[in-house]
Amino acid sequence: MSIVGTKVIRKEDPNLLTGRGQYVDDIQLTGMTHMAFVRSTEAHALIKGIDVSAALECEGVIGAWTAADLELPPLPEVPGLERPTLATDKVRFVGEAVAVIVAESKYAAADGTELVVVDYEPLEAVTNIEEATAEDAPLLFEELGSNTVAEVPSADDHQSVFDSAPHTEKIKLINNRCTAAPIETSACLADYGPAGLTIWASFQAPHHLRNRISAWLGIPQDQCRVITPDVGGGFGQKINFTPEFFLAPVLSKILNRPVKYSQTRSEAMTSMYHGRAQEQEVDIAFDNEGKIQALRVFASQDMGGYAIGTGMGMPVLTTAMSAGCYVIPNVSVAWRNVLTNTTPIAAYRGAGRPEATYLIERAMDHIAYKLEMDPTEVRRQNYIPKDDFPYATHSELAVYDSGNFEGALDELLEIMDYESIREEQVANQDMPEKPLIGVGFSSWLELAGFGPPGSLEGFGHLGSWESVQIRIQPDGSAIIYTGASPHGQGTVTTFAQIASEYLGIEYDKISVRHGDTATIPQGIGTMGSRQVAVGGEGVKNASIGIVQKAKSIAAHKLEANPEDIEVKDGSLFVKGSPSKSLSWAEVATFSFQRLELPEDMDPGSLDETILQEVPNFSFPSGAYACVIEIDKHTGDTRVRDIYLVDDCGTVINPLLAEGQVHGGVAQGIAQALYEEFSYDENGQPTTATFIDYLMPGAPDLPSYTSGRINTPNPNNSLGAKGIGESGSVGTPPAVINAVVDALRHLGVTHIDMPATPQKIWKILQGGTK
Amino acid sequence: MIPAKFDYKPAQSKEEALSLLAEYGDEAKLLAGGHSLLPLMKLRLATPEVLIDIGAIEDLSYIQDKGDVIAIGALTKHRKVEQSDILKEHIPLLAHTASHVGDPQVRNRGTIGGSLCHGDPASDLPAAILATRATLVISGPSGERKVESDDFFTDFWETEVKEDELLTEILVPKYTGESWAYQKFNRRSQDWAIVGCALQAGDNPGIGMVNMGSTPVRSADAENALKSGGSPKEVGELADSGLTPPTDIHGNESYRRDLAKVLLQRALEN
Repeated sequence: MSIVGTKVIRKEDPNLLTGRGQYVDDIQLTGMTHMAFVRSTEAHALIKGIDVSAALECEGVIGAWTAADLELPPLPEVPGLERPTLATDKVRFVGEAVAVIVAESKYAAADGTELVVVDYEPLEAVTNIEEATAEDAPLLFEELGSNTVAEVPSADDHQSVFDSAPHTEKIKLINNRCTAAPIETSACLADYGPAGLTIWASFQAPHHLRNRISAWLGIPQDQCRVITPDVGGGFGQKINFTPEFFLAPVLSKILNRPVKYSQTRSEAMTSMYHGRAQEQEVDIAFDNEGKIQALRVFASQDMGGYAIGTGMGMPVLTTAMSAGCYVIPNVSVAWRNVLTNTTPIAAYRGAGRPEATYLIERAMDHIAYKLEMDPTEVRRQNYIPKDDFPYATHSELAVYDSGNFEGALDELLEIMDYESIREEQVANQDMPEKPLIGVGFSSWLELAGFGPPGSLEGFGHLGSWESVQIRIQPDGSAIIYTGASPHGQGTVTTFAQIASEYLGIEYDKISVRHGDTATIPQGIGTMGSRQVAVGGEGVKNASIGIVQKAKSIAAHKLEANPEDIEVKDGSLFVKGSPSKSLSWAEVATFSFQRLELPEDMDPGSLDETILQEVPNFSFPSGAYACVIEIDKHTGDTRVRDIYLVDDCGTVINPLLAEGQVHGGVAQGIAQALYEEFSYDENGQPTTATFIDYLMPGAPDLPSYTSGRINTPNPNNSLGAKGIGESGSVGTPPAVINAVVDALRHLGVTHIDMPATPQKIWKILQGGTK
Repeated sequence: MIPAKFDYKPAQSKEEALSLLAEYGDEAKLLAGGHSLLPLMKLRLATPEVLIDIGAIEDLSYIQDKGDVIAIGALTKHRKVEQSDILKEHIPLLAHTASHVGDPQVRNRGTIGGSLCHGDPASDLPAAILATRATLVISGPSGERKVESDDFFTDFWETEVKEDELLTEILVPKYTGESWAYQKFNRRSQDWAIVGCALQAGDNPGIGMVNMGSTPVRSADAENALKSGGSPKEVGELADSGLTPPTDIHGNESYRRDLAKVLLQRALEN
């Protein structure tokens, strides 16, 4: 039986469940000090002076520094738009680091920060795109002359198609600002001694940090070691540089002591990167059958106070994927990136693709409203046929490799009882004590498996490959070293499964090591649903390379041809004569012994390193449906059921694939119904704690009903597409489509995320539609 | 959690707690279960110089049948209130309301006295204490005094308990066999109520409202309408009468007024 595709229990769990996991804050070094930050309480202000003298008097405080004291270069981010390591003359969002304290304990460090006096001269703040782009808007960077830092108009607005179309609709959408809120907040520990720098960091891409921080500090990469131990969630937030990682080494060098930073939740809420925060103007033209003729998208991305690489890329990904699963003959896209006095924006699970899916799936339902068609029928009118792959879209980034969008919808309708939900919906409308029922669909498609050469280089990475090294140990066990450093995905398990499948070594004798640049020479990291599609493919290819060599050794010892050797159940044997066999352990031992090897092989050659490349992105897709219940009197809105059909190509471990979808769906429901990071008119955050920022928990979420179809990815030999972001991409429009569906009989055609009970209560009271 | 520096003084008895309070005065805060105070200290919104830990005073944790009333020690944990057979029989509203506080971890640490002394209008238990017309026993340097629940909550997060005093006991009249209800409207299972409503039927029915003013409050007009035989709808319509609910990120004033009406009507119908 094949181990790929089976529900193997995670290798990671016994350690984590018995408290033996090791996170950055668990690490203690002799002589360790603690770093804390004075953070801006103003959204937009000039810094007229910073007085750290009282902090220096504080018991336990070792030192206090401002930008002027350290004169550091800015963070290595977007050229021309770099973010200062500590605020210099000006602050641009509440939570920005203004001064840094190092103390003997974290308590003394926190006490020290309270004693620093910053003299601010407040400036008018811009807290949203409309304010930031208004004429005479206050500017975050006077020298740029505008808050708009990038703007790409469309080549052709297809106005003639709109002019002659039977129907057109104009839709304004807001993709609400969210924060990823991983359980482990940011943390780092830097130890910069005579032999070089070691930095432990809660980060998704250790080599990326190693490469950039060594260049920033001006030290060779061989003397810079980055370790990412257990990482408690990242969701894209932890692939971006923050000032803390750069200041800790600098201060460690100055003090000649290790410096630890462990972020508080309060800091994480305002200083760690947020996601989404995109506004969209969408125009569609369609015929009487519901066939879409043209789509026009203008995406305005709120960048927050500083433009960083992944944030700049969000509208690029959104506009590349705006056409979704559909044949749209005329697509016109434009976008801009706008600075505001809010927390900077970066990638957040899905990163640009949830925004694309939301706009096209809301557009599909608008066609249904206008033509009074069933939403599934509108989608069927427009799907790309399953035989039309590869399919070139308006965007050169998005050449879809495979898919069966109508097949996913068919499967979805198999696992739900659509008809009886519709009957209940109608019946309940006239029964005062029964909830309103709504059902919403989302046929989604995303761009994953980052990516083809050039794709991650654009975000500052060294390459777009992933590294895999497999070394066979003398006893026949195997160790995989990979740059694909996970933060909860279960990569140790899936990579061991793939290796077991193709090496023929049992799963329990395969370990996966990651997250240390000293032992894993090169790597890229975990982002963009790439682990299996890129790194996993590397594991397969490295395994095949090793088996080739092992067969040569076995053939040499068994006096057979290498082509006649087969590998099965932990042994290598001659085809047709199973008695002529060697165990993997015997072959492994021979592989280190010159006298046992064929002449053309050197000792230690069962060791294969691959930098795995892929020719294209992958395109996971699926069809989701959400059933919503709304209390007619309170507006209370709950997801009753959610049905999920995923197509991620080949599944390595169904348990882990399902877990990835469940987490993503939870974040999708959260965005649609619960979460929104908001600010008042002065740029003060109004949702900076979990009391006001409503991240839902398990009791607040429904059980999930799953189905699956499989169109293998033709661009890797595993056939895998990626599953990490699917749930967060596909879910929000399904939920909002369901909420609007429940209120359609009242004439409602849209409600912005999050669909809070108060908004819905207002509608039920006969308020705004 | 990185609070400001404080001294920690554990008290083994009520008397020791009172003497520590006398010694440290307004520099001190009492620590019971910690589930109201510690979050404030974490955010450095509260920076007491001395914490007097009364959590270990075991003889203030009890639920006793005293004939007409049930006596509850102020340090009784929510979980004990929730699971008490005595309360389930005689004051089921209180046991049930306790089951709505936070989550199991919170209920296993938090105490009824701590919750009442915090005086948060968004908390569940004060509404039930008002609806059941309980009496609160406060100990101080000059002995014990009793305060009716109506007079206990004096302002936002403020109660009748003075700086040198300690809430020691809650006396709740029995409502054996009477109907009751607690309706709580919130977004997530462990959130505070956006609005809540505790109803205790009886000769002198009580309606306590959650998050409908700057203190925990009774809805007197609705109580009067109920006494004079109003229908659930008629009584429910008066739920917010005379009250001034707050506006915050979770709900504005008019939404809270409407929720109060719906919840009270549901409490009466169920």
